[in-house]
Amino acid sequence: MSIVKTAVSVSALCALGTAAAARDQVQIAGSSTVLPYASIVAEAFGENFDFPTPVVESGGSSAGLKRFCEGVGENTIDIANASRAIREREIEECAANGVTDIIEVRIGYDGIVFASRQDGPAFDAFTPAQWYQALAAEIPGEDGTMAANPNANWSDVDPSLPDAPILAFIPGTKHGTREVFEEKVLLQGCEDTGAMERMMSAGMDEDGAEEACMSVRTDGSSVDIDGDYTETLARIESDPNGVGVFGLSFYENNTSVLKVATMNDVSPSTETIASGEYPVSRPLYFYIKQAHMDAIPGLREYASFFVSNDIAGPGGPLSDYGLTPDPELSATQDVVASETVMN
Amino acid sequence: MTDTAPVPVPERRNGSLMTSDRRTARRNAAEKRFRLYGLAAIGVAATALVILLASILAGGLSAFQQTTIQLQVELPAERLDPEGNRIPVEMASVTTFGYAPLLRDAMVATLADAGIETDLDASDLADMVSDESVAQLRNYVLANPEVVGSTIPVEVLASGRIDGYYKGRVTALTAELDRNVDPAQLVLADALKDAGLLETGFNWRFLTWPDASDTRPEAAGLGVAILGSLYMMLIVLCLALPIGVAASIYLEEFAPQNRLTDIIEVNISNLAAVPSIVFGILGLAIFINWVGLPQSAPIVGGLVLTLMTLPTIIIATRAALKAVPPSIRDAALGLGASRMQAVFHHVLPLAMPGILTGTIIGLAQALGETAPLLLIGMVAFVREYPDAPPEGLFDPASALPVQVFNWTQRSDPAFVERASGAIIVLLLFLFLMNLTAIFLRRRFERRW
Repeated sequence: MSIVKTAVSVSALCALGTAAAARDQVQIAGSSTVLPYASIVAEAFGENFDFPTPVVESGGSSAGLKRFCEGVGENTIDIANASRAIREREIEECAANGVTDIIEVRIGYDGIVFASRQDGPAFDAFTPAQWYQALAAEIPGEDGTMAANPNANWSDVDPSLPDAPILAFIPGTKHGTREVFEEKVLLQGCEDTGAMERMMSAGMDEDGAEEACMSVRTDGSSVDIDGDYTETLARIESDPNGVGVFGLSFYENNTSVLKVATMNDVSPSTETIASGEYPVSRPLYFYIKQAHMDAIPGLREYASFFVSNDIAGPGGPLSDYGLTPDPELSATQDVVASETVMN
Repeated sequence: MTDTAPVPVPERRNGSLMTSDRRTARRNAAEKRFRLYGLAAIGVAATALVILLASILAGGLSAFQQTTIQLQVELPAERLDPEGNRIPVEMASVTTFGYAPLLRDAMVATLADAGIETDLDASDLADMVSDESVAQLRNYVLANPEVVGSTIPVEVLASGRIDGYYKGRVTALTAELDRNVDPAQLVLADALKDAGLLETGFNWRFLTWPDASDTRPEAAGLGVAILGSLYMMLIVLCLALPIGVAASIYLEEFAPQNRLTDIIEVNISNLAAVPSIVFGILGLAIFINWVGLPQSAPIVGGLVLTLMTLPTIIIATRAALKAVPPSIRDAALGLGASRMQAVFHHVLPLAMPGILTGTIIGLAQALGETAPLLLIGMVAFVREYPDAPPEGLFDPASALPVQVFNWTQRSDPAFVERASGAIIVLLLFLFLMNLTAIFLRRRFERRW
């Protein structure tokens, strides 16, 4: 019977200590854009405080906010990182599950840059209008009738651009970056070229025209990347004509293989993004459950450490890594200190 | 068999048996071709394996090497212990930001001592050292408060780019374009190496240190991931082996042959083919949302992987039990043993090698699984080591395949090397497990 005895005693040993101890570390999930910043802060927090290092998961803004809104309690996350503001629908879902007091913390701005291979064609300067003409599915003619995008080469769009086939690697629709790209590049370009006006004078309503502006061609010239920037980089490395959409911090870590293009003649940097000169950027946020502030040790300290001048200010580790510091950081610090919840 | 259709009469053999006729030649040629196909198939598989291994080894072996720099760090008392009591709690008020200037000064002083001249300013010099060093230094000072006020020798990690220079990842050419490293830093690193202050050696830290954030790839290690995987394998072994063996013994030796057992049998085979992510969804719904177990914990990962491994173990165990000849059972029963005695005293010991082999292969499969862990929060940045079991099973941890997944997504190219290194470690574990399985089979298997 020795086998049975061993088996039983081993499984009994395994079942020991089933009473789960109270959670003593902060749990964070959400945007993969915020992940590097959150892990830099978590690491420094663990080094300098007596609290354990917070656990940071990625998975995307929407997935993070969904888990954030699952309810209040130790087996739900405390903080959701997001590369966009929380939506009305999500606030409602949160409220339905008892997550009512949410603190919104804006940590800074993330620049979105357009980069290509160092040894590829000279993609040095772009404008939103050029991107719209290169990537739109249909472009209106003089009279406003829509026709499939005829541009095959960048030089067809604008003679100043290299004579290379259009091949853009843009973030897939599940990324928060895609939304920014559509609004600040495609829609802007659509307005700049007067295409939007022509569409509307041809009888399209505003929503329809905006949608037409932001619809991307599907003939292979534009490739949606659903993975991370590492995938975009791999695609560009295998095709010298490719132009990719990256986060500023990703580009800055890979300047030996990538060269960046200006947008409206402004080159992306934390300074031009902070001043608003570089047009394509977006704020990054994290959201805290106020109800967890007293229940989870270290949550309050983590939040205020994140927005402290040492960390999130100019010259801190976050701006060194490519985050554009929030010019109104002191206001954010007040929000965290007073635990001001959203309405 | 005389009533079959008339077989065409083979050509009459004329002449010697030594010269083959057309038909024999054709048959021989067919066999030769088949052997070539077989060889080609093995060749394709072997080439794929060699290419895979070569690319992983080429990319990852360097993760086991690390460049370090020897510094003499002065620890001014007025800065690190303003109160002057040498009490770690008071000294903890000086954060890692307070230690950063010390390393910068140490770098300048070390260069001056070695007589190396450079045009780089102090902050460029400090960038040659890993960000991890400040934390390393602070922890050392807090653990040994008496060193404050003296100058101590410290071995710090070189930053990722400098480390990459000695691994061929960074060259003077790429450094020109790279914003994170200056070619002058590489020249200086060579000077330090000549002075014996910089060396590249075996990197134990890769196996023992926890993960590190995106800014310090040189400090990232597999410690937490290896522990997490170990804990999960422990849980899988403790749960899946007894449950799987008990289920198989009952089904194979005791259960009546009826509709119900047929359905169970079919479903066990079906379960073995269910995509692993489904078990993750199940784990999230049952173990986390319903039972209330913590997220990111090896206990949940282990339970999920147990469910995933059970069918494999049951199928292997049943095959092993079936392979024991009925004469053994009959002899035991004939001598008056009860059925339970016959099974546990005679059948099970003989089936044990097969059962263990199946279990180890099941474990190896579970070790490499990432998808189910994605949903239960184990695909995360975890830096704290979990405690010893059983409490540690409830602490957050990572896992080896998860660490590979995480590192491939990081922006710093140095993490590519780390990810390949982690794959090597994972492969090594799998190799060892499979080797054990083969050993057990060879050593204990009985043939009749």
